[in-house]
Formats: sequence, C-alpha cells, structure tokens
Amino acid sequence: MTISHFGAVLLFSLFTSVVFGITMRSEPKMMIRFGAFCFALFVGGTIAASWLMWLIKH
Amino acid sequence: MTTNVQAQARAAQKTTTLPPALILIAGWLIPGAGHLLLKKWIRGALLFVSIVAMFGIGLVLKGKVYAPNTAELLDMLNFVGDLGTGLLYFIARAFDLGQAAVQIAIADYGTKFIVVAGLLNIIAAVDAHSLATGRKAS
Repeated sequence: MTISHFGAVLLFSLFTSVVFGITMRSEPKMMIRFGAFCFALFVGGTIAASWLMWLIKH
Repeated sequence: MTTNVQAQARAAQKTTTLPPALILIAGWLIPGAGHLLLKKWIRGALLFVSIVAMFGIGLVLKGKVYAPNTAELLDMLNFVGDLGTGLLYFIARAFDLGQAAVQIAIADYGTKFIVVAGLLNIIAAVDAHSLATGRKAS
C-alpha cells in the first residue's frame, strides 16, 4: 500500500482527534468541538511547519 | 485526601457495578472494550475503529512492531508504546507481522502509527477507568 505524505497526515489527525475528543471532554457536543479543534490544529500545524521548512530551504 | 462527601459523590456517579480494574484491563486488551462494558456504545465503537484502523494502517505501511529489548532507549519506549495496543500487539507478534526492516519514509510513518495507536489505547483505557470510578462525569 502506498499513501501520500498528506494522506498519512489526514488519517493520523482524524483517528487521533477522535480519541482525544472522546477522552478529553465529558459532553458529546464538546467532544465533537474538541475533536474538530484537534484535527484543525494537527493539519494546520503540519501545513504551517511544511511552509516554514520550505521558506528555510529557499 | 478524599472526604466522606467526595466519596459519596463519586459512589453516586458510578455507572457500573463492575470493578474499575476490570474495565481498565478490558479497555487495554481490546480497544474500546472498557467503554462498551460501561454501555457507552458509540464511544466504544469509535475508539475501537480509530485505534484498530491506526494499528492496521501502520502494519499495511510496513511499520515495525517492536519486540522486548534492552537495546536503545527509544527502542524500549517504542516497545512500551506498541504494548499499549493490548491483544493487537500479541496477535501481530504471533503472526510475525511488522518484522520487515524499515527502509522508506512511509514505513517509518507506519511504525509511528502503531506506537501512537498503543498510546491512544492507553488513554482510552484510563478514560474508561475514570468513568467507572466516577472521576469523570459521563
């Protein structure tokens, strides 16, 4: 199986965010909000770090 | 120090008569099983799917499953992380899965997927234990 680097980021972020959302909050609504927040941070943080590395290289 | 009032409040919040230690061990052995024993069906199913999928993707990406070792510190820590997946780890070891040498970046991602699946499973098992003892509200 081959997978793109960004695909791996999306899968990792999705599954990790689901577990974080369920375990770190008590109410279902807050679980969804926190999970979405974690997912956005994972993906956004990776994109930001990628652009930072690109800028350092160039 | 726990007062009587706190102890009574915790007892009132308990959601099961099963021993919390059993919930913890079940949650470790089978991802999401602790929540299922507490009748948290959706949470248990989501945890099971997420952790098993991460472990499975890690294996498919040819990630490494660590054996008990006394080599480098990181190898020992990776073994502890892998062990967190419970029965999945023992099944993988029994069938010699994840034993190929890691040679490409994607395979290294696979190794990380497996380790993180184990760590997430430990978090999930502890969460189920907290629900069983009443430390976590619901």
